[in-house]
Amino acid sequence: MPSPQPVSAPVNTAGADPFVRIEAVTKRFGSFTAVDDVSLSIYKGEIFGLLGGSGCGKTTLLRMLAGFEDPTSGRIWLDGQDMTGVPPYERPVNMMFQSYALFPHMTVEKNVAYGLKHERMTDAQRKDRVREMLDLVQLTQFAHRKPHQISGGQRQRVALARALARAPKLLLLDEPLAALDKKLREHTQFELMNIQSQTGVTFVVVTHDQEEAMTLSDRIAVMDKGQVRQIGTPNDVYEYPNSRFVAGFIGSITTFEATVRKIEGQNAILDVPAMGGVKIGRSVPGLTEGEKVTLALRPEKIRLGRERPDDPNSFSGVVSGLGYLGKDSLYRIALPDGQIVTVNSVNARRVGEDERVADWEDQVWLSFDPTSAILLRN
Amino acid sequence: MAAIEQSDVPPHRKGLVSWFNRRGWSDIIIATPYIWLLVFFFLSFIIVVAMSFATRTPTAPPFSFGGEHPLINLDGYKRLFQDSLYIRAFLTSVVNALIATALCLLIGYPMALGLTRVSRAWRNILLMLVILPFWTSFLLRVYAWMGLMSNNSWFNRGLTSIWNWVVPTDWALRSIPMMNTNFAVVLVMVYSYLPFMILPLFANLEKLDQTLDEAAMDLGSRPFQVFRDVTLPLSIPGIIAGGLLVFIPAAGELIIPSLVGNSSQPMIGRVISDEFASARDWPMASSVAVALLLLLVLPMMLYTHFDAKAQERMKDEP
Amino acid sequence: MNRRPIFLITVLCFGFAFFYIPILSMIVYSFNASRLATVWGGFSTKWYATLFSNKQVISAAILSLQIALLSATCATILGTMAGIALARFKKFRGRVLFSGLITAPLIMPEVITGISSLMLFILMAQWIGWPASRGFTTVTIAHITFSMTFVATIVSSRLIAADQAIEEAAMDLGSKPWQVMKDITLPIISPAILSGWLLAFTISLDDVVITNFTTGPGNTTLPLLIWSKVKLGVTPDINALATIIVCIVGLGVIIAGIVMNRAEKRRDADIRLAYRANE
Ligand SMILES: Nc1ncnc2c1ncn2[C@@H]1O[C@H](COP(=O)(O)OP(=O)(O)OP(=O)(O)O)[C@@H](O)[C@H]1O
Ligand SMILES: [Mg+2]
Repeated sequence: MPSPQPVSAPVNTAGADPFVRIEAVTKRFGSFTAVDDVSLSIYKGEIFGLLGGSGCGKTTLLRMLAGFEDPTSGRIWLDGQDMTGVPPYERPVNMMFQSYALFPHMTVEKNVAYGLKHERMTDAQRKDRVREMLDLVQLTQFAHRKPHQISGGQRQRVALARALARAPKLLLLDEPLAALDKKLREHTQFELMNIQSQTGVTFVVVTHDQEEAMTLSDRIAVMDKGQVRQIGTPNDVYEYPNSRFVAGFIGSITTFEATVRKIEGQNAILDVPAMGGVKIGRSVPGLTEGEKVTLALRPEKIRLGRERPDDPNSFSGVVSGLGYLGKDSLYRIALPDGQIVTVNSVNARRVGEDERVADWEDQVWLSFDPTSAILLRN
Repeated sequence: MAAIEQSDVPPHRKGLVSWFNRRGWSDIIIATPYIWLLVFFFLSFIIVVAMSFATRTPTAPPFSFGGEHPLINLDGYKRLFQDSLYIRAFLTSVVNALIATALCLLIGYPMALGLTRVSRAWRNILLMLVILPFWTSFLLRVYAWMGLMSNNSWFNRGLTSIWNWVVPTDWALRSIPMMNTNFAVVLVMVYSYLPFMILPLFANLEKLDQTLDEAAMDLGSRPFQVFRDVTLPLSIPGIIAGGLLVFIPAAGELIIPSLVGNSSQPMIGRVISDEFASARDWPMASSVAVALLLLLVLPMMLYTHFDAKAQERMKDEP
Repeated sequence: MNRRPIFLITVLCFGFAFFYIPILSMIVYSFNASRLATVWGGFSTKWYATLFSNKQVISAAILSLQIALLSATCATILGTMAGIALARFKKFRGRVLFSGLITAPLIMPEVITGISSLMLFILMAQWIGWPASRGFTTVTIAHITFSMTFVATIVSSRLIAADQAIEEAAMDLGSKPWQVMKDITLPIISPAILSGWLLAFTISLDDVVITNFTTGPGNTTLPLLIWSKVKLGVTPDINALATIIVCIVGLGVIIAGIVMNRAEKRRDADIRLAYRANE
């Protein structure tokens, strides 16, 4: 695991043996390193999210799990078995492809039945299993259609049923919802979670959509340039990111350069040029006085008001931009030294044009709780 | 623009310019090739059909249409069935072309598949090597095999010594008689038309989604099963396209059988040519030609037409 | 999991051996001193000397080139028009017949095309007195008719693949339809037009059957000359001629290939640079 790993106790898996163990896996294409020394464990029955930007090596890692690529170095263990050199067709792993990869010349039913051809079972059993799978994804009435005769969302469910039909120990999903529109995607996320809890199969879900990763996953690995930067529950990686990259990748942040003035047990006092002294509720172990650090604030954790609040951590600025997003409003506040802070305020009641908390060029006060700031060591 | 046109263009040309802008340009683009094809292709085609019902006369040109002879003379078509020469020629053509097509498929399919599996740089070079013989003269490619197959060439002698080494001494040969056989015809046809099989197959196989293969493998299929269940069924359009490109010219082939074939078993192309040029029986040659078109070319054309329609319909459905 | 497809590579090797051994053998035997074309009798270049002193061969080659240049150019003009008509004018009277006329020559056996053209020319001469004699004109017309359909097929499939929005954008910017054709469509299909011309050129240069039927006395093209010689058997000077043709074609194709490969490499490099810049 990567070294700075302050908060990553697997929540629902403590004490269990890992089901999938990826040990120092590296994959190079020529001189280009697509996956760089990745180690991680996945536990039985969880939904494990792989989150990262485009080209960071998510698909490559998944393809190594499925057996389409061999690691340049390192090992993959599945259920206590070394997978090195095991071809894809002998692995107890199935994959749901990003493009779905449905066989265009076969009906929905034949697609789902395809993987069962190689299983030792009677025709009746096979039929039952296909029916069961089609029921699971609610596609029974489309059984005799070809893939080009059904909608994108239905295709996605066929791909899922096909991958689940062989009852794999591990199901790999590469951007399972990327091809769906926003509404359908949100709906399908919950459907996926339902199906996972019904079948109990371990899921590894690749996505570049952080909201999707947060919704679906029990745990998330955040990847960047082939490396795993942080592993943890959605809550962990959002509230306690271990690096500026993770903090910035999941959600948005405003960062400030700061110096540690004083350490008082769990708490720390920082000097931030734009705000003066700032109190931080949850410090990082091993911090020393005088150290240069970064303070990161999430837009929704900052309170906005016209009056100076009672909080210890408060500072003022001028509204330099504002955007109405419906459920909330986004303010851009310029601090005296020119830095811009983004603040998100929920529109809990219906607000008219002239009832806003603040308007352009208004002088406003910002404040935040000591425990909601994120402290990052450089 | 309009104002400039009005002042600059003399009145008698204005109509012409506006006609040209409006529809004249497209009429010209359509009509020029259309008229050319109507005169030099369609008319000649009509002449062949009409000629097949004409009567042969010892005049120049050697036919008569109507007049003292019946307007529609079916003798040519009757002779097709009465004289076994024509039926045998048809059969020889179809059998030779079918064998050649099958062999092209057998050799061309793995080659095309292999081309999709090599690296990009190699692929370009190898594709060029497939096309290269196609740009050299067709006649010379046939000719190259005439050299190889003749009785005392290194190729024939090599094959003969292999033969003599394999079979019992009683069957030993001084050379293998290859020239002037149907074997030679099929061999040279395969050689000449193999690129026509490889190229459409390659185009088809290259377009296939590699992730489908991976999906099949992921679902437990071994490489051969992947090929049987996914690659092969999806490449049927390529097989049909390549098959037609080989079969049709092979069935009507004239040059290969006359250079390396057995002249006592002529193919249909040779029969048409001989009827026309040697026997100067234009109506008979035309009858055979029309029969060839009806029996071989028309079904193929209809098939591809309806197949294309069906494919389009499949795409249109949601 | 990236196993080398050994079986496929083996077939590829055998396939290419099958393609090239006859040609190589022909080239080697063109340097054969023996009069017997298939028995090796020492190295010699005398057949090349014989070939170049043969006036018949030279004049046949010149005639072939003239016909090929003229017919390829006309076929390209007519074929491009036909291709544009097929791909861009969705509705006009007789469109079905037109597209049939474009595809029919492609799948018509050459013998039939040959005799039907000949009958047409003879009957036309009888009815309207033109073409008075068969030869250069009739061969060229037959070649144009045959190869324009190839050009039309290439051009129309390129046009169907091209994005029509570009043309609509030009129209939106105030161009008249024919100006769009001239300024946008033609440049888009210019590679297809070029390859169509090349194809028409080689088809004409290579054709035996149609030429054989439509030519007249005294107009022997190179393929016809080879045909008449080859019918009599294998002779060494044909080997020499074949070698020269193979070398010219091979050189042309290799140069074209290198140029194309360069262009592709440059494009790949550009794409990679663009990606880097985006990161
Ligand atoms: N077969 C290959 N050969 C060479 N490079 C490859 C190959 N496959 C992937 N790569 C490179 O490896 C890197 C990681 O690719 P990968 O497909 O794993 O990214 P990803 O995280 O899935 O991205 P995306 O979100 O865009 O799907 C990319 O830069 C890609 O160019
Ligand atoms: Mg990916």
